[in-house]
Amino acid sequence: MLIPCPHCGTRPVEEFTFLGDAAPTRPTTSDPSSMEAWYEYVYLRNNPRGPIDEYAHHSGGCRAWLVVQRNTETHEVFGAVTARDFSKAKDAKA
Amino acid sequence: MTSYRLGKGGLVDRSTALRFTFDGAPHTGLEGDTLASALLANGVTLMGRSFKYHRPRGPITAGAAEPNALVELREGARKEANTRATMIELHDGLVARSQNNWPSLNFDIGAINSLASSMLVAGFYYKTFMWPKSFWEKIYEPIIRRAAGLGAASKLPDPDKYEKSYAHCGVLVIGSGPAGLMAALAAARQGKRVILADEGSRLGGSLLNEQEEIAGQSGLDWSRSIIAELASMPNVTLMPRTTIIGWFDGNIFGAVERVSDHLRVPDPYEPRQRYWKIHAGRAVLAAGAEERPVAFGGNDVPGVMQASAMRCYVNRYAVAAGRSVAVFGGNDSIYRTARDLKSHGIHVEAIVDSREDSRGDPGGVPVIRGALVADAVGGKAVKSVHLTDGTHINCEAVAMSGGFSPIVNLACQRGKKPVWDAKLLAFLPPDNGEAFTTAGAAAGRMLLSECLADGAAKGAAGGKPIDVPKCRDEAFAIAPLWWVKESHGKAFIDYQNDATARDLPLAAREGYSDVELAKRYTTTGMATDQGKLGNINAIAILAEATGRTMDEVGTTTFRPFYTPVSFGAFAGPFTGHHFQPVRKTPLHDWAEEQGAVFVETGLWMRSSWFPREGEDWLAAAAREVLTTRGAAGICDVSTLGKIDVQGKDAGQFLDKLYCNTFSTLAVGKARYGLMLREDGIVYDDGTTSRLAEDHYVMTTTTANAAKVMAQMEFAHQALFPDLDVTCVSVTEQWAQMAVAGPKSRATLQKLIDDLVMTDETVPYMAALEVTIMHGIPARLFRLSFSGEHAYELAVPADYGSMVARAVCQAGEEFGITPYGVEALSIMRIEKGHVAGGELNGTTTAGDLGLGKMVSARKDFIGRMMAQREGLTDPNRQQVTGIRPVDPSHRIRAGAHLLKQGDKPSMANDQGYITGVAWSPMLNMWVGLALLANGRARHGEIVQAWDGLRGHSVLAQICDPVHFDKENRRLHA
Ligand SMILES: [Zn+2]
Repeated sequence: MLIPCPHCGTRPVEEFTFLGDAAPTRPTTSDPSSMEAWYEYVYLRNNPRGPIDEYAHHSGGCRAWLVVQRNTETHEVFGAVTARDFSKAKDAKA
Repeated sequence: MTSYRLGKGGLVDRSTALRFTFDGAPHTGLEGDTLASALLANGVTLMGRSFKYHRPRGPITAGAAEPNALVELREGARKEANTRATMIELHDGLVARSQNNWPSLNFDIGAINSLASSMLVAGFYYKTFMWPKSFWEKIYEPIIRRAAGLGAASKLPDPDKYEKSYAHCGVLVIGSGPAGLMAALAAARQGKRVILADEGSRLGGSLLNEQEEIAGQSGLDWSRSIIAELASMPNVTLMPRTTIIGWFDGNIFGAVERVSDHLRVPDPYEPRQRYWKIHAGRAVLAAGAEERPVAFGGNDVPGVMQASAMRCYVNRYAVAAGRSVAVFGGNDSIYRTARDLKSHGIHVEAIVDSREDSRGDPGGVPVIRGALVADAVGGKAVKSVHLTDGTHINCEAVAMSGGFSPIVNLACQRGKKPVWDAKLLAFLPPDNGEAFTTAGAAAGRMLLSECLADGAAKGAAGGKPIDVPKCRDEAFAIAPLWWVKESHGKAFIDYQNDATARDLPLAAREGYSDVELAKRYTTTGMATDQGKLGNINAIAILAEATGRTMDEVGTTTFRPFYTPVSFGAFAGPFTGHHFQPVRKTPLHDWAEEQGAVFVETGLWMRSSWFPREGEDWLAAAAREVLTTRGAAGICDVSTLGKIDVQGKDAGQFLDKLYCNTFSTLAVGKARYGLMLREDGIVYDDGTTSRLAEDHYVMTTTTANAAKVMAQMEFAHQALFPDLDVTCVSVTEQWAQMAVAGPKSRATLQKLIDDLVMTDETVPYMAALEVTIMHGIPARLFRLSFSGEHAYELAVPADYGSMVARAVCQAGEEFGITPYGVEALSIMRIEKGHVAGGELNGTTTAGDLGLGKMVSARKDFIGRMMAQREGLTDPNRQQVTGIRPVDPSHRIRAGAHLLKQGDKPSMANDQGYITGVAWSPMLNMWVGLALLANGRARHGEIVQAWDGLRGHSVLAQICDPVHFDKENRRLHA
């Protein structure tokens, strides 16, 4: 499997460490009423069959955290962006 | 003796005489033989005993699917178990032994299992498990283990080398038969980078085994001309002896090249095997088809073979399986078999065709139509066959053909299932798109002309086509033929597991009709051959028994690897000390000079203790503690993770990472920090210092250094991308040493440039950038893990050993001692400092007695979840001190804590001891424990129950700080 790192180019998967689904967003409030949202953020993950956005750390390369778009069924990789850009885009949408 | 070498023919070199032994008996064979063909040539048809019933077995195939002729190859350290005699290339000096028999292959006591076979039916293991446990452990298992092992591995280290390699190509062609050669040629002529891999010792595939005619010449001669053309092309790599074992994500194929298995010992500097990862732009599977056996009684008697295997033995190896042969099947390939055998002068008694209306050319051999072979009769060799119509035929061998199964394994390894074709009676490969196509017999093309055309098309893949040569086709017509129910003897479906045709309806009756369950219940399709011969027959019988179609039953899951792979190939060169890198600290040379005993922690080599004459580890560590607490000691702490954090928002960033606050830390000061995971559990700890307004240096525990670094990068890049901060690991760049004890200041003062060390200039928790020894840059921290007046000194790594030597010299007049991890651990337990045993992934800050550190005024990782009631419950296990009531007793780490008088049980468990140390200061064993509501129980006496070592001592719960509770020494 090859991952297109925005910094390093196309690199083998062995250089990366995967963390999991990048969809959950860390809540920004510490209000006690937000506990449910925190619980979902920390523990609940979808297990989609098909495309998923996943955190991947280029730990054996430039050490950037990326969000890799992958098909869980076929393992086809569609692309990758930096986690920074991914977060900022998510913020902009919210 | 039934099998023998023919007087002429074959692709063997008759001018050679390769000597080899089988079970100690000497034989000779020819260059070009396999072990199986050479044994048959020597009249040896009995090559193994079956797994369960210990039935005599000979080869049933001439190739990779062989389930019976498994032998132990080579001797001593090079001994290899369960190798297939049909795949072993004969070489001079080869040594092989039969396996799974006792006392000998010829007379095997285990064969009485056959008489007790009603006990060994499908599900036997599961049914036996249901007996009382004691019966299983004491009676059944030992017997089964002794009787039912296959070969034994050598227990000596493998003396040979293994390699790993990568290859990239435009087109990978798997298999070098007619379809594979055409595919490779079509792709190569387009200029593609082509790899042509074949598991066989020679390229050519079925053309090596069959009498074919292509382009007006023999199939063999045609293949030679194509191979020569491919070999001459610079863009083509030919890889014989290379098995593609798996198809992985990204069109990567795993392959094992048997570089030296055909040699007695590998040539100098050559590996035995090489594991390849082949990145293929696209790939063509041209693996051919496997002929199916027919389930009739005694279909395992030596001399009964696949018809195609028998043709291979006569055509390629010039070996006859017997002087007289009966050919049995339900498709037209039986006719060419009879003709091929006859052309080599072998007497064919009859062709038994299950079909009434077949029209093959028997070449003068009598044909019995509409009849079935019910039983092959014979013990260690075939004597005759009995047909369902009552006919008896005397013969020495039986060629059988139930049909052909495309070898689709690789094409099904990434989730797609093969599709049943009711006309071809075969599962065809699924559509995997352009990246991985199938060609030839593997794609259900059963005629040679189809194979050539299909190979050419798949190789060209829409690009420039190549001419397809004319050839002679054999007829192909087939009727279902799976199981001859009129049989009296055992009709085997899975030879290797001794699963019979009757086992499958039995499994279905007992509720295991799902194909995956039936596989596990009957063990059909398991072990080294993974059902290559038997699975389709098993599915057909299961389908009939349950009234389903083949598609409805479906196949079991195809998984890598196609054939067994040695551990050596996967390990490659990464064995022993090459398995992982060794990390030595910058103080390693110094520690070695001081006589350190090293301990491996993770990749690190850490100095553990520094024994003097006559000291064991405990005596040495105790002396190191006494000297350090009495005068001074120096300890290598370079393995701690060190992370440099810089930027305008560095303080704010650390506030997010730690549960306590760092943005308020004064420049020139250090602070102990505690990191939580987002779920509220403690993650890591360490001291972090502020060297400038926008510059911090963090330390982590040795074990978590890399993980914390990755977590910080994640927090920075994914969670808090707006913070202006940069962090980089500097663990390798700095040597760090703790200098502890009442004389530590006096020792270091001698090295420091231009600084008078006092409590004012270097106060407790100071963190200063200084120079030492006339200009060496250094960082001086007044920190203490030992509880003594102590410092940590960091210098650029290359200065490490030199500075450590200078510290020792400076401290010599005070009697300074080097101390290791053991002494460090004693001192931290004496002082009640938590470490790995307590930061074990289950404890909260409150559990550790550090609840006050947790800030309520800021957001940090773990803040919210740490507030959950389960994590704030007062009855949680909390860190306490523990010591034996009788100071002469020893407490042990891992011992569970019980109330006095309670019996050990999960319900009565109160906690456990997380770490102990012999305290030379207190002259007794002291420890730390996690105990339910422990902080409220100081003074209570509990049992420390050590079930592992089988003893229990009374111990008293106490404050975690065992020594110098007032911390007077810290500030002395
Ligand atoms: Zn990168």
